[in-house]
Amino acid sequence: MNFLDYAPAPESQAILNLRSDYGLFIDGEFVAGRGTPFQTIDPATEKRIAMIANANTADVDAAVAAARRAYTGAWSRLSGSDRGKYLFRIARLVQERARELAVAESLDNGKPIKESRDVDVPLVAAWFFYYAGWADKLDHAGLGPNPASLGVAAQVIPWNFPLLMLAWKIAPALAAGNTVVLKPAETTSLTALLFAEILQQADLPPGVVNIITGAGDTGQALVNHPDVNKVAFTGSTAVGRAIARSVAGTDKKLTLELGGKAANIVFDDAPIDQAIEGIVNGIFFNQGHVCCAGSRLLVQESIHDEVIDRLKDRISTLRLGDPLDKNTDIGAINSADQLRRITELTAMGEQEGAERWSADCAIPENGFWFAPTIFTNVSTSHRIARDEIFGPVLSVLTFRTPAEAIAKANNTPYGLSAGIWTDKGSRILAVADKLRAGVIWANTFNRFDPASPFGGYKESGYGREGGRPGLAAYLKPAPSLKPAASLKPAPRRPRAVRAPDATAAPAVSARKKAAK
Amino acid sequence: MTRLAIPKTYKLYIGGKFPRSESGRVYEILAKKGDFLANAAKASRKDAREAVVAARAAVGGWAGATAYNRGQVLYRIAELLEGRRAQFVDEIVQTEGVSVAAASAQVDEAIDRWVWYAGWADKYVQVAGNANPVSGPFFNISVPEPTGIVAIVAPQAGGSLLGLVSVVAPALVAGNTVVVIANETMPLSAISLSEVLATSDVPGGVVNILTGSPAEIAPWLASHADVNALDLVGAGDLDWVDLQIAAAETLKRVLPPENGPDAATPSIDRIVAFTETKTVWHTKGLI
Amino acid sequence: MTSSQLATRLAPRDRTLALLGGEATDANLRRYLHGIPGIDAVGLEQRAADLGSRSIKTTSKKWALDTIIRLIDLTTLEGADTRGKVRSLVGKALTPDAGDPDCPRVAAVCVYGDMVPHAVEALGSAHAAGTGDGIAVAAVATAFPSGRASLAVKLADTADAVAAGADEIDMVIDRGAFLSGHYGLVFDEIVAVKEACRRPDGSHAHLKVILETGELNTYDNVRRASWLAILAGGDFIKTSTGKVAPAATLPVTLSMLEVVRDWHRLTGEKIGVKPAGGIRTSKDAIKYLVTVAETVGEEWLQPHLFRFGASSLLNDVLLQRQKMTTGHYSGPDYVTID
Repeated sequence: MNFLDYAPAPESQAILNLRSDYGLFIDGEFVAGRGTPFQTIDPATEKRIAMIANANTADVDAAVAAARRAYTGAWSRLSGSDRGKYLFRIARLVQERARELAVAESLDNGKPIKESRDVDVPLVAAWFFYYAGWADKLDHAGLGPNPASLGVAAQVIPWNFPLLMLAWKIAPALAAGNTVVLKPAETTSLTALLFAEILQQADLPPGVVNIITGAGDTGQALVNHPDVNKVAFTGSTAVGRAIARSVAGTDKKLTLELGGKAANIVFDDAPIDQAIEGIVNGIFFNQGHVCCAGSRLLVQESIHDEVIDRLKDRISTLRLGDPLDKNTDIGAINSADQLRRITELTAMGEQEGAERWSADCAIPENGFWFAPTIFTNVSTSHRIARDEIFGPVLSVLTFRTPAEAIAKANNTPYGLSAGIWTDKGSRILAVADKLRAGVIWANTFNRFDPASPFGGYKESGYGREGGRPGLAAYLKPAPSLKPAASLKPAPRRPRAVRAPDATAAPAVSARKKAAK
Repeated sequence: MTRLAIPKTYKLYIGGKFPRSESGRVYEILAKKGDFLANAAKASRKDAREAVVAARAAVGGWAGATAYNRGQVLYRIAELLEGRRAQFVDEIVQTEGVSVAAASAQVDEAIDRWVWYAGWADKYVQVAGNANPVSGPFFNISVPEPTGIVAIVAPQAGGSLLGLVSVVAPALVAGNTVVVIANETMPLSAISLSEVLATSDVPGGVVNILTGSPAEIAPWLASHADVNALDLVGAGDLDWVDLQIAAAETLKRVLPPENGPDAATPSIDRIVAFTETKTVWHTKGLI
Repeated sequence: MTSSQLATRLAPRDRTLALLGGEATDANLRRYLHGIPGIDAVGLEQRAADLGSRSIKTTSKKWALDTIIRLIDLTTLEGADTRGKVRSLVGKALTPDAGDPDCPRVAAVCVYGDMVPHAVEALGSAHAAGTGDGIAVAAVATAFPSGRASLAVKLADTADAVAAGADEIDMVIDRGAFLSGHYGLVFDEIVAVKEACRRPDGSHAHLKVILETGELNTYDNVRRASWLAILAGGDFIKTSTGKVAPAATLPVTLSMLEVVRDWHRLTGEKIGVKPAGGIRTSKDAIKYLVTVAETVGEEWLQPHLFRFGASSLLNDVLLQRQKMTTGHYSGPDYVTID
């Protein structure tokens, strides 16, 4: 036998106790949605897992109203230590039900069980544990004494780390004293709904967290709701831009975690075996469905061929297949739509003259899959070097000097993350200084921790999640503090409806058109 | 017999130079009582574009200077302001129509505020940054860094010098460069400040001052893809929501308008608002 | 010079000369060994942990357990070793599981040099290195475990064991010389010991070079010492004597496997790896199999390319093996002690 054809080692689904239909979680109860329900499927088999309720605008209103009632009636009156106790409870319940959550996540999202089990779910617990401790220490959040919560937070999260993104959003919001209406992504609602059950087990006061499911229009209705005080969004730059536009002129506080096209820079003195691992982890972790993925490999020209050889060897050992198999490295692409996008962009890469290499792995018959792929001979002008592919596709570019590496790394409208691989400590620090990105990994990649702020420069968004800045994003200075209160917006003026005059106008509308 | 005075030609300040508007346009600056004081350059969108180019060119040097150095350079400006105190008082009296005492008080406060901000240059990172105790063998640190180019609509009401200083100084502290649209009707303090800047150690392009119509210029800056942040503090009378919408196109960081005497009160928040938190993970391996 | 010529045509000294572009002096070796890319400890340990988290079940596990047995150098290295103890060890090597005649035999028994005649005698006709069911005799030599003796003593120690019938020599490098930068000295000793492994008929006892990674301490040192040992003609590189903690660890073994992989890439030659000491459970041993297979390829999972230096490991594997056969958990009374 071939030892490397490891026998199947599937994680059992017996631990799951799923319902066939899920309602919206509003005011502490599951209620029917008023929109047309939709199904959530297992992307590895395309089989239905459950029917999910669809929230229409009336449901959004109900959820926001519940959150408002809970805010004024309960949560904002609770002591910080009591809020913290609820969060600690939630953290423990997540730990207790960790295996179940991991299995559900892999089933619904398609990510390998080893990742949901070893990365996503442990971090979810850690996130609640970390922010639980902040709840009664807000004076030290950096906004002066007695900072105030914002009110109702509208939170819209993506499908790539469904439960983890939920934790990133809900934990700091609740610690700071806000209440929440959260909308998970359409294709990955399941773990958010299991999480709602956990909230019931934790006996969290009704309405403090409301989870409404639906598609983009549900999210839009939520962030545009007039009674929302904070909007937090993780997702594409296009949607983030639209949200930034729609909250313009309001006093909603906004945090955006958007796209990226991270450079992973490998110098010729890099610890090469670890760099290869870092490249692989950087782009193939979670099928490359990672906003901070190291999707652009910038390798020093002198070691390009050797790195590519080693990389191909290593990628050839990756195991693609059943997300619930404990030995799977590459799971399923989350949706047919995403698979289409990856396929289109890689086809374009070939058209534009880049050289494609894909791992020779068997692709299952059903479900959505994409073999790990690297493109060499990529130039900075290629679309695969500029657009976020959000899949297991690496674009390889070369550089000759540190200055060129930095220039190429920064040559993007994004600025979420970057990697640096070199044995030279002083170079790490100098290059890190010059990279325009919010998270930089030196001789490592794709590490996350609740104590570590995460977020982007430029079009990768603004605001930070994690750490003290992640808490401050859900707070404002005490109203009595004169100087710090200076940033309050002026009374809102009605939006101009007249056509702007010829000298002043074109900037806004012309650019919008040009961007289409 | 009184001496015939020599009036000054008031120009823009872009890239360390004093150009006229490329459009050739000027507009009249009137004293509070309505008398003609001067013709100020009326900046065009192309002047704004040039200012952004100059500001971009200056980012590397200014952001890359040591914090101590930036603090010294900023403090030096306060020294020069002090030396030109009389001129600023005189211009404020003329344009704002306030008493000499009130004008003097404004200049004093502006200078003191500048010094306050100058002192933050080598400290704000320590207050806003964090060492992060992550659970793993990593050294993890978060530091705020300048956002890049900040376009500012200076306060259009209140003290013309104090308002300007209150928004320009905090943006400079972290190492941003600035394109600021001055108080439209009372730009003399801004122009004189540019003369101070030009003779100080602030590199050309770090501060660029445009006089003219905020309503005309601001949309170009708000939508300019190479501007990273937008301070709308003085844009309350403009269609500022549209400006914010335009800024959303490239996800600019935006501070909303503020009205009243408390506008742009000194605060570390104004410094941090135009910074980005960068978090760096380093592996820690002994063997 | 092509890489295959590097591997096959040249003696270690000439081969090293070709790679180094000069004699194997301290300075030349230093230049070469310090030019090898460094190791980031965090990344290496993470990779090892990832490999260690593979889930080996059912048929794969059954194969893995049998393979582990086939790869064991069943070892006794005590001051109290006697003829009786060695005979008992050999008995265990020949019949690991008294209740299961299909149980594979171990690769070798590993003893001190003066015990070699007892091992050879006890093995009798089963003593046949590298053939079918044959069990080899490995002897530790060169003033094991410290290596603190003159070269003459070390060579005599080696020659003695070979003459007594040892098929394999497990030598120790001079860690003091290595740590003080005398790479040339370490190199020359390995070359000389290899020469001492020569039998009258011209064949060699296989040479395993023990790096004693616990004393070399850093991963970079382990990597350099691995290159040095291979350059000097070692057939195997081995982690530890078992007398120094830490002995074999998964990250250390991974780093040595990476050198073996790179050497194969460079020359086409296959070098063996032997983690020794501290591997006591099947679960741990399976992690090593995974690491070998995913780093250098599963071709390495053969006795001439991979060994476990272990004593208590065997019985744990047998317990697991019995569980897989019978379906219920076994107990220590159902495996024999040696």
